[in-house]
Amino acid sequence: MSPDQLFGQLLVGLINGSFYALLALGLSIIFGLLGIVNIAQGAFYMAGAYFSWLMLQTLGVNYWAALVLSPLMVALLGVVLEKFIVFRVYGPDHMPGLLLTLGLLLIIQGVFVYIFGAVARPYPTPDALRGGWDLSFVFLPKYRVWTVAVSILVCFATWFFIEKTSLGRTLRAANENPVLTRAFGVNVPALMTFGFGFGVALAGFAGVLAAPLYTVSPLMGVDLIITVFAVVVVGGLGSILGAVVTSLSLGVVEGFTKVFYPQASHMVIFVIMILVLLVRPAGLFGTEK
Amino acid sequence: MTEPLIKIVDLHARYGSSHVLHGVHLDVGKGEIATIVGRNGAGKSTTLRAIMGILRSRTGSIRIAGQETIAAPSEHIAWLGVGYVPEERGIFASLSVADNLLLPPIVAAGGMSIEEIHALFPNLRERGRSPGTKLSGGEQQMLAIARVLRTGASLLLLDEPTEGLAPAIVQRIRLAIDAMKARGQTVLLVEQNLRFAVKVADRHYVMENGRIVDVMDRAEVATKMERLQRHLGV
Amino acid sequence: MATIETAGIKRANGGRPLIKPALWTIGFAALLIMPFFVYPAFLVKMLCFCLFACAYNLLASTTGLLSFGHAAFFGSAAFTAGYAVKAWGVPFEVAVLVGTATGFFLGLVLGFIAVRRQGLYFAMITLALAQLVYFLAFQLPFTHADDGLSGIPRGYLLGMVDLNNNYAMYYTTLVICVIGFAITFRIIHSPFGSILRAIRDNQPRAISLGYSVDKYKIMVFALSAAMSGTAGALKAIALRLATVYDLHWATSGDVLVMTLLGGSQTLLGPVVGAVIVTSLHDYLAESGLPISVVIGTTFVLCILLFRNGIVGELKQRLKL
Repeated sequence: MSPDQLFGQLLVGLINGSFYALLALGLSIIFGLLGIVNIAQGAFYMAGAYFSWLMLQTLGVNYWAALVLSPLMVALLGVVLEKFIVFRVYGPDHMPGLLLTLGLLLIIQGVFVYIFGAVARPYPTPDALRGGWDLSFVFLPKYRVWTVAVSILVCFATWFFIEKTSLGRTLRAANENPVLTRAFGVNVPALMTFGFGFGVALAGFAGVLAAPLYTVSPLMGVDLIITVFAVVVVGGLGSILGAVVTSLSLGVVEGFTKVFYPQASHMVIFVIMILVLLVRPAGLFGTEK
Repeated sequence: MTEPLIKIVDLHARYGSSHVLHGVHLDVGKGEIATIVGRNGAGKSTTLRAIMGILRSRTGSIRIAGQETIAAPSEHIAWLGVGYVPEERGIFASLSVADNLLLPPIVAAGGMSIEEIHALFPNLRERGRSPGTKLSGGEQQMLAIARVLRTGASLLLLDEPTEGLAPAIVQRIRLAIDAMKARGQTVLLVEQNLRFAVKVADRHYVMENGRIVDVMDRAEVATKMERLQRHLGV
Repeated sequence: MATIETAGIKRANGGRPLIKPALWTIGFAALLIMPFFVYPAFLVKMLCFCLFACAYNLLASTTGLLSFGHAAFFGSAAFTAGYAVKAWGVPFEVAVLVGTATGFFLGLVLGFIAVRRQGLYFAMITLALAQLVYFLAFQLPFTHADDGLSGIPRGYLLGMVDLNNNYAMYYTTLVICVIGFAITFRIIHSPFGSILRAIRDNQPRAISLGYSVDKYKIMVFALSAAMSGTAGALKAIALRLATVYDLHWATSGDVLVMTLLGGSQTLLGPVVGAVIVTSLHDYLAESGLPISVVIGTTFVLCILLFRNGIVGELKQRLKL
């Protein structure tokens, strides 16, 4: 096994880890603020990819604009769904939320299959990011490095927003004690809508990044979300930093497994999940019971 | 006579199917400090929660600053200039002390500045970066009061601020309430500590089984202390 | 839960004591004559899912745990039973037992891991574990990955009845399903079932009373998995085909939707749900309308409006 293979897979592992991180981050925010585990996160990821493809096809909107516009459109979709449907399952029990979002996943996916067909659409890599850098021991495709870099940047920006800004502070407070936060004059329902929109926008953003890499298809989100669930069980739903660190690490582990034992690469994250569950049920960074 | 800052008429409230407030009548004039005293379970904290809109099953009338708020959501009530210090203090564990202080939005002009707050509660300045719940009980109480002082709220609801605190801290809280009075703020205070209550308040409402059963002005307290104590079972 | 507790015993409708037995009789008669009106092969498939949903609900109603990975048992059993018949030539009955046993033992293993958590985390873990099984299945040679295991012979029931006859297959399946339904009923109404419900309603109390709650949960999980295996084995043999789709999360989703749509608090709920969902699948597949959208929308409406499921709501409204 050559250094080329090794670093190549390390990069792929980081890419997968980046997507896990963006989706897990969105899941964490939505869960923290709304108490809902959004299994439809995979569908919003897919929608993000489709919106960017659609904008390119019909309006000639390029990748760079799509990076901003597509997540906004996904956020809008999320906000509409939250305002009319999702808010009805808020409450102490987490299961109705999971079940409702399962229904939404089926619907969103079905709609996209119906409109666009199940066929995968290619999305061109933007010109500025074609090609790569040829280091002596490995060839680094520009687009892949870009994907990892921008994902980590967005994760960091999200962390900064939540931990260091006043809106982030209000979000954290609403997360912990929504009743009291409201009693201080904060419009918590509006905040929750915003939180949902933001959480799904992260998934949509990941979708745009994924489009040139994986092609765009209606089922692209679902296998991903199941792996993200396993990642989230390992890392726990409590902490933002935990979600990101766990995601990237597991992505890398997956990548390495592909080098040494390819057949097991799909399964290694689930195996790790089982081990973590047996040893530390709350997850590595878990703040849940 | 000008309208009181808060006027409650025939307030009924329920926790689920349990009817806890049975027609409470209460008002506090601008700049006054009033207390609600009574035994455990009399409904004092419930009354504050009902005013704040935290307890949603309410009927009757609660007028704050001339506006009817019986059906209003909490956030609306806060913006009318009401600041709430809950019995459990409600310090956010996921926020630092400084963040806890800055969390409540400023709802009106005239609130205390950070410097003034630090002058009143020096401990809070030193502990700025600590997580909110790493503070002692007394410090948390001071933080809970400090943060509503910053917002410029004109009506302050304090739920058992001296409960379980050492005399030195109780003294600090007394100073804080004096500062509120000096600034012309209106205070509705729930207290079990009768000695503290009689020192600070202009008027006392006595509550029993979800009803106001007696009202006493400051001047009357000296002569009616015995009656007051009997209400409270001390 | 009062509905299940008192099913068949209480005359909730006062002056109409014969409604329930009458309904059951009509229902049963309908089942007997149905294959003469509806294509038997479709009915067999429907019955398999009725059994699957019933098995699923055994776990859900007694423990409150909603598994998102029951396809693992359904699909694995489909393959083991199918393989047993096709490659080893075992008789039908043995194949069904093989499938049931596959479900049971897989259920023990997965249950051991999953019952450590509840609610949300339990759901996510079962989903992930089933995905693991799904991937494993792709690695194993006898599943033939995407192609699946086809041409599974139906064989003979007890060496005598030719199951290639669709009617014979139907009635055999019906009998097995009824037995499964009866076993579920017995388990739910047994002391074991009561203890499970006690654990569900107040786990700390059950622990303080000395019950090893994990063991109970693992056992009912394994029983539920076993019966799911029976359903999978039946399906593979009746449809002569086992595919990795039987192990897919969509199948797990299907049985979850069936159970909740019909109503988890009743015995009949999952059956009704299974009938509705399989019929929808069949009907929509021909018409070209998006299946996911219809099922998803029905499911969402169910979550928002009929928390008790269709049968649960009917029971409440009609006071049965």
